[in-house]
Amino acid sequence: MEQAAYKPGEHPDLPPPSDTVGPIAWVRANLLSSPTNIVLTVLSIWFLYEIIPATLDWAFLDAAFTGESRDECRAKAGGACWAFIGERFNLFTYGFYPADERWRIDLAFVLLCVALLPVLWDRCPLRKYGLYFACAFPFVAGWLLLGGFGLTPVDTDEFGGFMLTLVIGITGITFSLPIGIILALGRQSDMLIVRVFSIWFIEFFRGVPLITLLFVASTMLNYFLPTGTTFDLLLRVLIMVTLFASAYMAEVIRGGLQALPRGQYEAADSMGLKYWTSMRLIILPQALKISIPGIVNTFIGLYKDTTLVIIIGLLDPLGVGRSSLADTKWTGLSNEMYLFVAIFFFISCFGMSRYSLYLEKKLATGHER
Amino acid sequence: MAETVAVPSQRNVISRLWNDKESRSVIIQVLTISLVFAFLAYIIHNAVVNLQAIGKGFSYNFLWQPSSYDINQHLIDYDSRSTHFRAMLVGILNTILVAVCGIVLASIVGFVLGVLRLSKNWIVNRLAYCYIEYVRNVPVLLHILLVHGLIVHAFPVPRQAISIGDVTFMTNRGIFSPKPLYEPLFLVVIVLFVLALAFMWWFKRHAQKVQDETGKRYPVFWIGLGTIVGIPLVSFFLLGSPITWDVPALKGFNFTGGMVVRPEFIALLLALSLYTAAFIGEIVRAGILGIYYGQTEASYALGINRGRTLSLVVIPQALRIIVPPLTSQYLNLMKNSSLAVAIGYMDIVATIGGISLNQTGREMECMIIVLTLYLVMSLIISMIMNWYNKRIKLVER
Repeated sequence: MEQAAYKPGEHPDLPPPSDTVGPIAWVRANLLSSPTNIVLTVLSIWFLYEIIPATLDWAFLDAAFTGESRDECRAKAGGACWAFIGERFNLFTYGFYPADERWRIDLAFVLLCVALLPVLWDRCPLRKYGLYFACAFPFVAGWLLLGGFGLTPVDTDEFGGFMLTLVIGITGITFSLPIGIILALGRQSDMLIVRVFSIWFIEFFRGVPLITLLFVASTMLNYFLPTGTTFDLLLRVLIMVTLFASAYMAEVIRGGLQALPRGQYEAADSMGLKYWTSMRLIILPQALKISIPGIVNTFIGLYKDTTLVIIIGLLDPLGVGRSSLADTKWTGLSNEMYLFVAIFFFISCFGMSRYSLYLEKKLATGHER
Repeated sequence: MAETVAVPSQRNVISRLWNDKESRSVIIQVLTISLVFAFLAYIIHNAVVNLQAIGKGFSYNFLWQPSSYDINQHLIDYDSRSTHFRAMLVGILNTILVAVCGIVLASIVGFVLGVLRLSKNWIVNRLAYCYIEYVRNVPVLLHILLVHGLIVHAFPVPRQAISIGDVTFMTNRGIFSPKPLYEPLFLVVIVLFVLALAFMWWFKRHAQKVQDETGKRYPVFWIGLGTIVGIPLVSFFLLGSPITWDVPALKGFNFTGGMVVRPEFIALLLALSLYTAAFIGEIVRAGILGIYYGQTEASYALGINRGRTLSLVVIPQALRIIVPPLTSQYLNLMKNSSLAVAIGYMDIVATIGGISLNQTGREMECMIIVLTLYLVMSLIISMIMNWYNKRIKLVER
């Protein structure tokens, strides 16, 4: 009877059936939808139950945060001994850089953040000047870290820790992109010789492991230089890492170049643009945009690969950690050390990959429907 | 045409050549080639001068001298009196062993991860996501060192070995298991096994032909299982089990006899394959997501069930997306196996590029060998995967 009170089509919406909304429905749909699903859910919960409390216990609840040695930690608590990281924190950060000069690394790091801001954030105030500064930054940082011109010179042997990772990573990233672009263009070139040399270069560096290249840098590069020249080991490593990364970069960018429709090249030609102008204004902006995920992946790979330098004796965080473990006071704390270094790498690499997702979204200029 | 006035050549010859596309291309190529060769000549000249200055020639004779170092894992006979060349062979085999095992394991784990990542089950999905993100964002060298550390710390010393049925022992010096010693009769079993494989290869093609022509289907899988597993097994027992086992036994501080899998190998294998599996998982996920859902719906509409839809419709198409990036992951795994040197697994880099190099002082020769070997292995993997890629490629017009 009451239904008649509404005109046709004016009946208010009824609430959805109670078993299709709310947490219970969500659990049903997402965790218990089929027998296999139920088994998987039970297994994962059991797995989490086994792992999480034990890890929390080890890392926080039963861990020692202060202490002078491993034995002192062990006497206090049965879990992790973070006092080790605390005591060696400066070594992990600065390596063997002279203590009085460490402000230079701090300053360089602050300047790095200042330089990155306008590069990464396109609505940054005074962006234009910021970009000029970013271009000058590598030289400023080089001067700060190496010294000279009024600052006490510091030998590159004393570089180490996270600072070394950043130095290798950022140098590699800065230089591998332009070299990679040139190689990719060379590989696409109409000129046979240029193409062949680009292909050789790219395939050689992609075909061998980075560690063998580092061995080459450390053992035999001196043979190829004029007699009597000595060449800084860090510089040799930087060159090898950069060349290695640029070969990968070239392949990523080639993917972007090939993904562009032929019409873009032809349109640029028919406008009468010269090769470099058409590349700069038409082809590369589009190709680089397509290849952003690949480029960032290469950056992340390069950044992670900086750890390999420990094998030829440079002391990055892993190297510092391993040599610290040799100290009888702290022996046997490898899990703490590896976890600490892993967290550092995780934060930087995860940050980079998140930023690339953001960039992809921002640059998607509405070709998708 | 008569009106065309010859443009007076105001510019000089060089600039005219430069503005002509053809000749400019020639100029650039000649410049490139001469620069590259000048550079090569320069560094080779330097190398020759430098080598002469320290009185070192360039020769591979050292390969035939005794190596005088031990390698704890060797697939072929080797001891410290063997030559450097043999040490290199051992290193190559060790690299190939860890690369092949790693590729197989990484593919399996990777496919499982990719499927779990697509699961509708929220917890499983998140767990796979966390695993993948953690593994991908931490350097592989750290994984290797961490896994190695865990294995060495977690397993007991040989005297307190974890024993499995008193024949297999897990210790921090490796997993010791019984080693089969084959008697001559075992050859018969192997021959039968090979024959069974050959028969099944023929039978499968035959069954396919019969099915194509008449629609009649043979239970190929069960017949295959019976032939390939059954026949060798039955003959094995009929011949009176022609295998004896060499069981490891504790002597002094370590086990002797039996087969041993070294902790370095286990650590390297686990770390490499679990690391690569995370990347493969993402590739598999992207590949399956890349297949338009209409394909699945069309398959259901034809009455094909879930499993067959996956295996006959979705996966064959997804493979086309998956294979090219998968190839580079395999290559990466093979190249990353060179990090073995950090934990003392004796691969190419550790043998010929490590100890041999340090003992003989032949940096140039050793590094050339190492680089060439890796290039050759990369080429072989690329060739195999390209062949596979061509086979599964969509045949278009």
